[in-house]
Amino acid sequence: MTADLMLIWPELILTIGGLVTLMLGTFAGDRQVGLYQVSALLTLAAAAAAVVALFGVETTVFSGTLSVDGFGGFAKLLIYAASFVCIIIAPRFFGGGMRAEYPTLILFAALGMGIMASSRDLMTLYVGLELNSLAAYVLASFMRTDERSSEAGLKYFVLGALASGMLLYGISLLYGFTGTTDFAGIATVLGGELNIGLIFGIVFVLAGLGFKISAVPFHMWTPDVYEGAPTPVTTFFATAPKVAAMALMTRVVIDAMGPAVGAWQQIVIFLSLASIILGAVGAIGQKNIKRLLAYSSINNVGFMLVGLAAGTPQGVEGVLTYLLVYMLTTLGAFLVVLQLRDADGNQVESIPALAGLSQRRPGLAAAMAVFLFSLAGIPPLFGFWPKYLVFEAAVNANLLPLAVAGIVASVIGAFYYIAIIKTMYFDDKSDTEIPAGGGAIVEDAVITASALWLSVIGYLFIPLLAVLSASAAAVLF
Amino acid sequence: MSGFPILSLMLAVPAIAAIACAFAGDRAARLIALGATLATFVLGCILWANYDIGGAQWQFTERADLFGRFQWALGIDGMALMLIMLSVFLMPLCILASWDAVKNRVGLYMAMFLVMETIIIGVFSAQDLLLFYIFFEAGLIPMYFIIGIWGGANRIYAAFKFFLYTLLGSVLMLIAMIAMIAEAGTTDIPTLLSYDFPPAMQTWLWLAFFASLAVKMPMWPVHTWLPDAHVQAPTAGSMILAGVLLKLGSYGFLRFMMPMFPDASAQLMWIVFALSMIAVVYTSLVALVQSDMKKLIAYSSVAHMAIVTAGLFAFNQQGIEGALIIMLSHGVVSAALFFCVGVIYDRLHTREIDRYGGLAVNMPAYALFFLLFTMASIGLPGTSGFVGEFLSLLGIYEASSWVAFVCTTGIILGAAYMLYLYRRVVFGELIKDDVKAMPDLTVREWTIMVPLAAVALWMGVYPESFLAPMRGDVTTVVARLAPAKPAGDAHLAIGKAKPAQAHGETAKGAQQAGGVQ
Repeated sequence: MTADLMLIWPELILTIGGLVTLMLGTFAGDRQVGLYQVSALLTLAAAAAAVVALFGVETTVFSGTLSVDGFGGFAKLLIYAASFVCIIIAPRFFGGGMRAEYPTLILFAALGMGIMASSRDLMTLYVGLELNSLAAYVLASFMRTDERSSEAGLKYFVLGALASGMLLYGISLLYGFTGTTDFAGIATVLGGELNIGLIFGIVFVLAGLGFKISAVPFHMWTPDVYEGAPTPVTTFFATAPKVAAMALMTRVVIDAMGPAVGAWQQIVIFLSLASIILGAVGAIGQKNIKRLLAYSSINNVGFMLVGLAAGTPQGVEGVLTYLLVYMLTTLGAFLVVLQLRDADGNQVESIPALAGLSQRRPGLAAAMAVFLFSLAGIPPLFGFWPKYLVFEAAVNANLLPLAVAGIVASVIGAFYYIAIIKTMYFDDKSDTEIPAGGGAIVEDAVITASALWLSVIGYLFIPLLAVLSASAAAVLF
Repeated sequence: MSGFPILSLMLAVPAIAAIACAFAGDRAARLIALGATLATFVLGCILWANYDIGGAQWQFTERADLFGRFQWALGIDGMALMLIMLSVFLMPLCILASWDAVKNRVGLYMAMFLVMETIIIGVFSAQDLLLFYIFFEAGLIPMYFIIGIWGGANRIYAAFKFFLYTLLGSVLMLIAMIAMIAEAGTTDIPTLLSYDFPPAMQTWLWLAFFASLAVKMPMWPVHTWLPDAHVQAPTAGSMILAGVLLKLGSYGFLRFMMPMFPDASAQLMWIVFALSMIAVVYTSLVALVQSDMKKLIAYSSVAHMAIVTAGLFAFNQQGIEGALIIMLSHGVVSAALFFCVGVIYDRLHTREIDRYGGLAVNMPAYALFFLLFTMASIGLPGTSGFVGEFLSLLGIYEASSWVAFVCTTGIILGAAYMLYLYRRVVFGELIKDDVKAMPDLTVREWTIMVPLAAVALWMGVYPESFLAPMRGDVTTVVARLAPAKPAGDAHLAIGKAKPAQAHGETAKGAQQAGGVQ
């Protein structure tokens, strides 16, 4: 038992740090922003350090319900990094409305996501997922006096509960027909004859998880929640939970359902193509930049699923690299959105208001252009590389039709990305003033660093990324 | 010279200058851009001077294992050398051409052109398949900005069309490249050039590459982005688009499709011939009825490129050499023609042909240069156009006399539309007041016209300077294609050469010959 506890230091640190932050907020008051911010950030840094310290360890704890391995470590580092940035950017956005619950909820969500990424049992999976989701519902409606924010929270909660129900139903079917909740045990049973119950179980579990990664046709909540939630929260939703849910889905598909390739592969292929196409087509008419980025995330999830559909180590490496690059790009893009404020300090979210941004804020527009071209996967920007990896995995796994359909649909996606660039660069200045200034140095630094990294510099990191993602992916096979 | 990474330097100079331009003021940006492009041109000249004709196939090779999965591998052969020379020669002229014409966001404009130059040199010198693809696709971004920001009234439509059209073509090529890498297990282009892909696979790979390169080329019926892009692009944008970017397609044919998929090339050459024949006749006829000067020249580009594709797929030395010379010649001449349009556009701000007339009276120097480039475009002997068209048609004739017949009508139609254009713009009565007020060429315009004219004449009078570095590479390609080459319909028999006779032996030799009989 004690030995097991020594191996889940990241989770322990997050739990204790979350409680400490909560206490600090309660006793020192919401005004002491610096105090609980620092506490939350230190917690995340310590948890990340613990993950790094545990690198190389590959074992399971608590009777095989939770695994400690490189795959989970990789995902956790991404999750903690995204949470870190989302905590940093909050005080400036909320201003006087900043409360200690924000960092606390993010810490607990990060804890839940860490458990999702390293669970290898249906029960821990569900516990992690719900811990994350409950924190996320509250975060979505964090600006409780704001109608859109409350609506986002409610929508997220109702639809999330529905998805959890589906997931639980699938879990119960899998448990009923295999007699175990352990991934390895399920895999053994799935290796034999598949009956209708097992297939239903697989479908329902994948549907529930598809909701969490917002794959089409379970994506409906995404645009509304992204638009309604406060921007730092949207930033969080678009990054960390995506990583966690994608990692979880990868683990479930490869670890638990690995032998039943025929059953899950066609579902994943469908989710993938539907997400790519609908994510691209749905984005075209959008006038709100946050809604548009929501569709962009749906679209990108589709590309990640191309790698997962391959079901090979190469495919999983592609998914992991994709998650890293996607997370950085999305963080950058949302940080740019955060900087868009008109003369009165109100957030500017409408795309037409961005017209002529390149003349007013050349640096910001250039960074946004880098992020958008990168999301579209146009080389030489680094967003091209993960797309290449997932398509390569698909081609090598003999999924040529999927690769061709996916890559042709990516051209539709390119349309709306370059349409925003057109608004920023080609159109005349709009009436909305977007004055420079007030931008925190940290935000500018993150935007600059990620924009530079996503331009050609990222290519120099391919060897390092390859080693990391390969060692993480090897755990599952 | 060996071991010095001159190609990397040629990529670095414009790239660094581009960053500098983005932050510089208007005047400084112009000077930086001109300086950087001239420096790159000098480097290009050094490259040419040190190129060893008849030496190794790949020279100035550089290799650095920077990216793990693929490499920073550069190197050029004669064909790439000539196309790089064309690009670095045109670039300073483009910068000069937009010296006064571009007034807003000069820094960004110059930066985009310098990025473009880096990308073009990269495309021609990449020796790694993925590196090539990255450069190849990257060209979309600066061109999107150049058309979209500094273009004409309908620039946004044109920029979108250009971007999406060419992207759609390219992504299929990417899938083909992934399949090739999986099959051959390497991204190294020289290795892939000698790898024999299974014939069934070749057909699919060929079609995927064709989808991309035919759009870039552009071939009929996927050429429709070109007239829009040209008409809306600023003068220098059109120059670089017609001068260099259109060559990417044919370079891809010659570098990838033909030597890598010889069987498929032979099997599917009818597609290329058919599309080329339609393009030559159809686009020439379309050019004939244009009322917009830039559109006319754009359609003539499509027709010229069709002769290039037909020449390439003739699968013989003359055809391919001719196609290469047309590529170089068209690069210089069409850039010059677009500049000629730009000169009068800057004065009257219209491209309507009917708005002009009688320019020979008040702009004699301009009329002279315009005439020279018109003639070079038609293919008058003594100009660069003639050499390329003659050689390639000769090669096409060996492969198929019908294709040669149809393509030759393109030359006649070409003369028709170019001379008709020239007559309407330059000759006739000088009656319009605003046209009368137009001054002749400025010093800056002379500086651009003279080098272009000089090269067009040089290529026409002594094409050997340009053919010599490429000859060995063309022979390599022809040899690679030889096993798959279908028999032509010309049934040419090699004539029996008579033994050469020494001076003064004519009569005696004739007597001997008679005696034998």
